[in-house]
Amino acid sequence: MHQMHGAGETGAVQPAIELRGIDKRFGAVHANKEIDLKVDKGTIHGIVGENGAGKSTLMSILYGFYQADAGTIHVDGKLCEINGSEDAIAVGIGMVHQHFMLVETFSVLENVILGVEGGAVLRDGVEKAREELKRLEREYSLNIDPDAIVGDLSVGLQQRVEILKALYRGAEILILDEPTGVLTPQEADHLFRILDTLKEQGKTVVLITHKLREIMAATDNVSVMRQGAMVAHRKTAETSPEELSELMVGRKVLLRLEKGESNPAATVLKVDNLCVDNAQGVRKVKNATFTVRAGEIVGIAGVSGNGQSELLEALGGIRSASEGTVELNRQDVTAGKGVDAAELRRRGVAHVPEDRHRMAMVTAFSAKEAAILGYEDDPAYQKGGLLDWDAISAATANMMSEFDVRPDNPDLKAANFSGGNQQKLVLAREIMRDPELLLVGQPTRGVDIGAIEFIHKRIVAMRDAGKAVLLVSVELDEIMSLADRILVMCDGAIIGEVAASEANERVLGLMMAGVDPNEAKAAEGQA
Amino acid sequence: MSKTVELPRWIDVGALPLLNLLLALVVSGLVVLAIGENPVQVVEILLYGAFGYEEAWGYTLYYTTNFIFTGLAFAVAFHCGLFNIGAEGQAYIGGLGVTLAALYLDFLPFPIMLVVAMLAAMIFGAAWAYIPAYLQARRGSHVVITTIMFNFIASSLMVYLLVNVLRPEGSMTPESEQIAEHLRLPFIHDIAAALGIDMASSPLNLSFVYAIVISVMVWLFIWHTRWGYAIRTVGANAVAATYAGLEPGRFIIIAMMISGALSSFVALNEVMGVQHRLLIDFTAGYGFVGIAVALMGRNHPFGIFLAALLFGMLYQGGAELSFEIPTISNDMVVVIQGLVILFTGAMEHMFRPRVTKIYTAWRLRQDAGEAA
Repeated sequence: MHQMHGAGETGAVQPAIELRGIDKRFGAVHANKEIDLKVDKGTIHGIVGENGAGKSTLMSILYGFYQADAGTIHVDGKLCEINGSEDAIAVGIGMVHQHFMLVETFSVLENVILGVEGGAVLRDGVEKAREELKRLEREYSLNIDPDAIVGDLSVGLQQRVEILKALYRGAEILILDEPTGVLTPQEADHLFRILDTLKEQGKTVVLITHKLREIMAATDNVSVMRQGAMVAHRKTAETSPEELSELMVGRKVLLRLEKGESNPAATVLKVDNLCVDNAQGVRKVKNATFTVRAGEIVGIAGVSGNGQSELLEALGGIRSASEGTVELNRQDVTAGKGVDAAELRRRGVAHVPEDRHRMAMVTAFSAKEAAILGYEDDPAYQKGGLLDWDAISAATANMMSEFDVRPDNPDLKAANFSGGNQQKLVLAREIMRDPELLLVGQPTRGVDIGAIEFIHKRIVAMRDAGKAVLLVSVELDEIMSLADRILVMCDGAIIGEVAASEANERVLGLMMAGVDPNEAKAAEGQA
Repeated sequence: MSKTVELPRWIDVGALPLLNLLLALVVSGLVVLAIGENPVQVVEILLYGAFGYEEAWGYTLYYTTNFIFTGLAFAVAFHCGLFNIGAEGQAYIGGLGVTLAALYLDFLPFPIMLVVAMLAAMIFGAAWAYIPAYLQARRGSHVVITTIMFNFIASSLMVYLLVNVLRPEGSMTPESEQIAEHLRLPFIHDIAAALGIDMASSPLNLSFVYAIVISVMVWLFIWHTRWGYAIRTVGANAVAATYAGLEPGRFIIIAMMISGALSSFVALNEVMGVQHRLLIDFTAGYGFVGIAVALMGRNHPFGIFLAALLFGMLYQGGAELSFEIPTISNDMVVVIQGLVILFTGAMEHMFRPRVTKIYTAWRLRQDAGEAA
């Protein structure tokens, strides 16, 4: 593997982080191949790559979760041995994880001092921490009340608490792992402003993401990883999304999906005044009314946690409806009242749920076991009262070749497939049943670019075959490029509909934040 | 926290349990040393007592039979994510079913009676498991708590029944009447004799064969039927089960009832095979040992068979031990058995991280060697 030189070779200035020849294997998988990386002090450095390219492994090595098999880590020019997160914190590296590590019932202050309480008696430490926290907040304009309970804060604010935690521990170098996955576009913009402030104060930021738009908007330099190797370093100003995506995938990629006009026909799904409560009795979906016709893709946009999940689960028969009705081809299929997921499947509703690991598959199962989930009673899979594993194996192999699942081994444990391949297997299982209605949530979450292209094409193909598709996604790009009509959900209610042709990020973003659609469009008009 | 390669099956189900067992034996040896006996001699007697002569084999396999049943019972519930500690009580109540059938339907011919007794045991055992299962599935009461309580309830109920209801008039011992001679399961040594083979007499009876048949059936059930698939789905990921339309509560109840039914087969061995009457506490802790058997056997019928054999050996060899060396009392034998359970069951994961690390290092060197 040939090496390239870091873009940030400015000579005299000592890089904040320098990785030399980092190599890491997990058994047969060569996760990091002799990685060289220089991150200049006081810059925002992006690292992009597909899922499984080795970004997370590299950062885990830097943060001490894993130890490299070979290679060295230099922080501020000094050789460092990082054997755990304590070592990383000691040399000034802080990390903001994709999944927050916060105690929701604690206040911001309590979360921040967790692990660095400074003595057996809490009070002395707390007072000192409060002063420090105030200083940090002023300096970086984070706008957080130290006494707020973390569980009451929005996701965007919780993320700032994570940043605060790292700064409080004296982080000079901040690693952010896919930080915008749960944010609205507006919240993401705010985050980037905070990162800019950090940079101005001389901190160094490493931003790991698969979203090229963010790299272009927020970073100074960018490094691209592919299949465990560092393939390129660029100054952000001197590159383009097209070049980066080509470097990531190793071939040219269509960033914009090409699809024809939709030809909507008869109404397949009719949702009328649907209300759904969660287990605690809180109303999560409020009087949702909409239709999905054959031959169209209806997208539901919204910040995650605004009732889309519950809506999708109710339509899929997993969660009971509290009020209202759902009709499929004029027949009542409201969840509860004798209609469950199995019944809906029999009636031609396929469901690709939002959360692949939690819901769509059993990761402890082999691929062929995962490939019959929900369809295990199919007569084609039975022989003499037992499951016909030969037939199931053959069917799984067929799904794998049809949806390009790699490796195409039906006996491999589901957990050992990459996210994209797991998702392709789930899509194959649901789509190859030729359903009337496809419910699909976050189809490309944690999926690499090559697979995204493929998955989007298959969903459009469903539409073009005259099927009804309901798409829930928090990725606005995805909604805008796939959907023919877009419904926006906020706080459980559908607050408006926008035709895909008229949609843009700003209007949708405002609607997602709860602004009335007409006002949102008016605001857009003034802008 | 370093990521590691997955252990191959032979280490997972072979080397690791053996390592745990070895450690248990070492610690047991220290205990034996502490009371001033020679551990080597103890092991010799233990092994001789379990396998040294024909009769010993019979006894070892007779204990093994019970452990197979309770081990399978635990495993089926475990595949559904349930920790059924109630095999003891379920087997006990199953014994009531067998006894009632044998005492009150004694006019039936043996083959029919065998099926009836089996069904009676299953129904009683499953019914006793149904209540905690229902409470778990529909009310969220944890099955560990409820099955423990149901063991106590079963115990008290059976004492009451044996003292006040089933005890024949005039008898001073709290046990049921003997079941009719033609309804007893044939001993293996009797079968052998009928075939012209001379075997030492032991309590080993036809239920050992039945246990092996049941093991195969459980294997088929878990990995080759829809219900088995559903049970494993619920156990591995209840949310995914709901998504698939497999209502978890339903399969929790099914798995627990099957578990209870499997436990109840202990009564087949004990009541119809050996004691020929219902005795107080005839379950003698087999239900609890079944947990260790299943965990050590990785909840797979074949592993359970091997683990059951080990515990059968410990039971029989231990009995011999307390007989041969008076300073090693019966309680001491229980200590040794307890240590085996502790190390193979409860502390099953003690060596795993280290072994995984060593194996990973070895594999990496191996891979590097191939690459070079």
